[in-house]
Formats: sequence, structure tokens, C-alpha cells
Amino acid sequence: MTRFLSWVLGRLPIGWLQLSHSRARLIVAVAGVVFANVLVFVQLGIMGALNASAVAPYDLFKADIMITASDAKTLTDGSNVSRARMFQALSIPGVKAAAPIYIGNVEWQRPDGGSSTVQAIGLDPSQPEFARKDLQSSMQTLQLADTVLFDALTRGIAPGLLDTATPAAPYQVELTGRTINIVGTMEVGAGFSADGTLYTSDQTFLRLFNNRSSGAPTHILVNVEDGLDHNVVVERLRHVLPADAVKVATTEDAIAADLRYQTTERPTGIIFGFGVIIGIIVGIVIVYQVLSTDVADHLSEYATFKAVGYPQGFFVSIVIEQAIILAVLGFLPGLAIGTSIYVVLGAATGLQMTMTFSLALSVLIGTIAACALSGVIATRRLAAADPADLF
Amino acid sequence: MDGVTKTGFAVSVSGMNHYFGSGEARKQAIWDVSLDIAPGSLTVLMGPSGSGKTTVLTLMGCLRDVQEGSVRLLGEELNGASGAQVVALRKRIGFIFQAHNLHGSLTATQNVMMALQVHGSGDTAAQRRAAHHMLGLVGLADRVNYLPQNLSGGQKQRVAVARALVSNPEVVFADEPTAALDKESGMTVVDMLKDLGRLRGTTTVMVTHDNRILDRADRIVTLEDGRVVSDKNNT
Ligand SMILES: Nc1ncnc2c1ncn2[C@@H]1O[C@H](COP(=O)(O)OP(=O)(O)OP(=O)(O)O)[C@@H](O)[C@H]1O
Ligand SMILES: [Mg+2]
Repeated sequence: MTRFLSWVLGRLPIGWLQLSHSRARLIVAVAGVVFANVLVFVQLGIMGALNASAVAPYDLFKADIMITASDAKTLTDGSNVSRARMFQALSIPGVKAAAPIYIGNVEWQRPDGGSSTVQAIGLDPSQPEFARKDLQSSMQTLQLADTVLFDALTRGIAPGLLDTATPAAPYQVELTGRTINIVGTMEVGAGFSADGTLYTSDQTFLRLFNNRSSGAPTHILVNVEDGLDHNVVVERLRHVLPADAVKVATTEDAIAADLRYQTTERPTGIIFGFGVIIGIIVGIVIVYQVLSTDVADHLSEYATFKAVGYPQGFFVSIVIEQAIILAVLGFLPGLAIGTSIYVVLGAATGLQMTMTFSLALSVLIGTIAACALSGVIATRRLAAADPADLF
Repeated sequence: MDGVTKTGFAVSVSGMNHYFGSGEARKQAIWDVSLDIAPGSLTVLMGPSGSGKTTVLTLMGCLRDVQEGSVRLLGEELNGASGAQVVALRKRIGFIFQAHNLHGSLTATQNVMMALQVHGSGDTAAQRRAAHHMLGLVGLADRVNYLPQNLSGGQKQRVAVARALVSNPEVVFADEPTAALDKESGMTVVDMLKDLGRLRGTTTVMVTHDNRILDRADRIVTLEDGRVVSDKNNT
């Protein structure tokens, strides 16, 4: 280690020698960084799962533009949209097709006695182009009454339970007093507002939700003529449709707005964002404590170096060297523990918690930056002192 | 030649005053000290405890900012010198402290190497050889890889001497370098400093209470209550 660092630094690795000389302090410091890292990883993981679950339903349909109630902030919390808007939209030049989509949550009493909230999505099977590519072929089957595709990752069901469900041998469940045939599966996963998802025709949807009418879908999906700029058509639709009733946006913009709302305005998003900040502050405080104690303990040695002719930058580089060592030594176990927590939490909650390379890299960079910042603050008191006053 | 300046002196002090504390507690510690130190000489500073020997030494060695009067070290004025000037001057001098001030996490060799690396990293192997050679000269050839915690007080002081001398400084300031040494090694250190003066023109200013050293000094300056009370050439 000493040899390697000498080579990297082009000088004796004083910072490392000092840290490794007092083992107990090194262990405390690394433990502090590990703790802060785990805290940040868990908060970011939950936030990532929150974001993923917020956008996952959008992935089930395919549309260039969405027409949504003007009071809607997410996919499910707004008023319904009058189907008349769909016919208005179809009269706009550039609009190739439009279709209603129905979304609602239904309680499912599972055969094992528990209950799950399932988000149901209803689409017109005669317009399969609005379904996700790999689901389009199943749309034909969904024309049969009371048939659905069910989320294989639904929270609470045994893994593999629905693997054998096919149109020929459907898996039957009770939903709102009806017998429903599961003829296939897709993978979405649990989120914060629902435990799973089912995919069905608009007709079956309306049979499941007696209070919903075919004249008031949740959103209108619009596809644009090939080669036309989506934003141009959005403008045209906005011009025709009443802004106090509906808003029009490209699907990407709608997803971005939904995500922004969920992370910055909803309590869950704010709490986990706050958790990340707390984790970073805890890390900075611990590392600052360790580094400034280390500087204080070595004041007379540093004074000697100063007397020999070392400039202030040398001491900053020692402390930064220590900060980076602490950051790296703390990050690796932090990453390992964080990944294990993702696996355990993911299994327990059904949330999609994944340790990605970019997540790990940004936490590493953040850790090094936070440690270096603490280090620079810790050396400030050295800057002005006369070496003779430091002995 | 090394250490010789325009004025002809390695260190030239005139009308120097120094104060500690501020406001009500401000107290003058050094009163109108003037001293010219010839290159290649061994000057001894004497005086009772609290007479200001360490203060004068650190002021001449640019370890303290000069407040009043003039101190020229190797021809450069220290009163009002810039940070960069001071850093550059410190690299040309060697300091042996009253306390050894070795770095506890570094081995004897690494402590000595620190005085070489300040001149630029470069060839570590050569620096290691130079450090070993210097430690050999102070009689620590078999202790080069020891940490300070495993060395006796006298051995630590000898490492500090090696550190001060390894980079061939033009002026060496030594604050009671022999206090922690036994009689024999104390004399060895003083003889080394004296030989350096003869061979390389190294100037030495040393604070000491040790009467045996006085015979070897070229000049003896005595301080009392922050004032020079006697200044004798020892010929
Ligand atoms: N950092 C300081 N703050 C305030 N007063 C100081 C400081 N350093 C020294 N003094 C005072 O200045 C005077 C001279 O101190 P100095 O350390 O130079 O004496 P000395 O001759 O080296 O003594 P000793 O032989 O004990 O080492 C003393 O009265 C001391 O109390
Ligand atoms: Mg003293």
C-alpha cells in the first residue's frame, strides 16, 4: 500500500502512514463513511424504486401524445376525460389515430387470504398499436370477455404461480365478484400505490369498474402521422381543446412532469430526498471530525515540515490524500452492504431496487467530494500559523 | 561560496524587538538585539531559562514573523518577506529543535527523507541512500527503519540532527541539540557541525547550556531578559 501510494503521489504517503499508524481512528473513520454511504444508498435506492414505479405504467402503452384532465398530476390521480375530446382530436390534421385508455385500482382477495391492490389498465383491443410491442399479439385474446394479462411480479403472490396461465388453460381469480381468466403474464412489479398491474380490454375494464363509463376514459392516447413533429401536433391540439378541462403533452413530457411532481411535491419523494441530504451531512461531519482531529494531533509535526520549507499546499494534499483513502475504504463495504440491503428490501417489498453502475459511481464521486471538502476545511487553521507557535 | 552574502554575513540582525500577546497582555520579550554572524562560524547562544534564546533563534530562522527591526538571512530581509520568499529560504536552512519533533508515523529514514523531498520528489532511491548515509554518520545505521516510538530520546535527537543536515543547509539553527544526548554523542554532533563549517562553509547558531561545547564555539553570545549582555569571540 505504502509503495503503491508513494508511486501515485510521487512523495511519501504521509496521510496514509498517519492513518494506518492509529488503527482505531482509521476504523472509526471508515465505519463512519460506510454508515453514511449505506444511508445514501438506501435512500437513493428507495427513491429510484419510487421513480421506476412511477413511470412503469407508462411503459405498458405506446402513444406519441397524451390528453389528460387538467387537474391530473400523475397517471391516476386526475379527473376523467370526456371521450368527446378524442373525436375532436381525430379531426385535427396530423393526428393519425386516437384511443381511450382506462386506468383504475381494484382490490384483489388473493386465494391465500391476503389482499392486493391491482392497477387495471384497459385498452381497446381493436387498436393494438397503442399497446406495448410485446403485448400487441395478446390483444386479440383479450377481446374475450373477462380475460386479462396479469403482472407476474405482483406483491404477495408466490413466484411462478401464474407461469402456466395460457389462453387454453387460464388461471382463474375472483375480482369484484367476477371470475376473471388470466391468460398470460407481463412483468411490471410493485410500486407505492399498487401491488401489481393487470392488462385488459376496455370492455372488461368497464365490467370490473361498474362506476366507470365508456364515455369518460382516464386519458386519451394520440398517435401522430409518420414524420410529423409531435410538438407541432401538441400545439394544434392545445389550440382546439379547452385548457381548463384538459392538458396536452407529448408522452415524454407527461412522464417527466409526473416524475418531477412525485419526487419534489409528494411527501414520499421529499422524505427520501431529505434522507439523501442527511446521509451526506452525516458523512461530512464524521470525516471532518476525524480529519480535523488528525490535523490537531499532528500540528507539531506539520510545524516541523513547515519549518523545513513545505508550503501550505503540501498539508492540504496530505489531508486530501487521507480524505480520498477514507472515501475509497468506506465506499467498498458501503457498496457491498448497500447491494445486500437492496436485495433484502426488494424481496420484502417487491420494489425494484437495483444497484446500477452509474448509481454506484455517482455515490463514489459524491463520497470523495464530500471527504475532500471536509479535509480542506480541516486544514484551514494550519494556514496562518507561524511554525514556532505550533510546537 | 555558500552562505556568503552581499553584506558578508550569513545572518545579520539589527535593532530587533519582539512582543508576545496582544492588548493588555502584550509583553516585550526581545529588546533591541543586534548580531552579525559570520559565514562558516559556530556561534553559541547562552542565557538562563526564559531569556529569549529560542525566540531569537526562531526569528533568525524565519519560523516567526519579524515584528520590529531588521533580520537578513542569507542576504534576504525577513521583515515583511512574502510567504513564497520564506518558504524558499526555509529550504536553504536546517533546524534542530529543542524537542525532537519527529513524525511519529514515519520511520527514521522517512523522517530524514522528508527534508530531501521538499526540494522536489525525484529519485526516491537516491534520497533513501542519502538518508541512510546521514543516519550512519550519527550512529544509527542499525535503526534506519525504526519508528520514533521505538527509539530512545538520544536516538530520536540524532534522527532530528540527520534530518537537519541531510540537505546540506547553508545555515543550521540548533536549539539545545545535545540536551537529550549522552556526553559522547553530544560531542559527535557538535564536531559534525563544526566540520561542516570548515568543509562546506555551513554556518551554525546553537543554543546550549553545555559548557563542554563552549570550547568548540567560535563565538559566545549571552542573553538575559531578552537583551544581549555579553558577546565574546573565542579564539
Ligand atoms: N508563544 C509565546 N507566547 C507568550 N510568551 C512567550 C512565548 N514564547 C516565549 N514566550 C516568553 O518569551 C520569553 C523568552 O522565551 P524563550 O522561549 O525564547 O526563552 P529561552 O531562552 O529559550 O528559555 P529556555 O532556556 O527555557 O528554553 C519568556 O519570558 C517566555 O515566557
Ligand atoms: Mg528555549
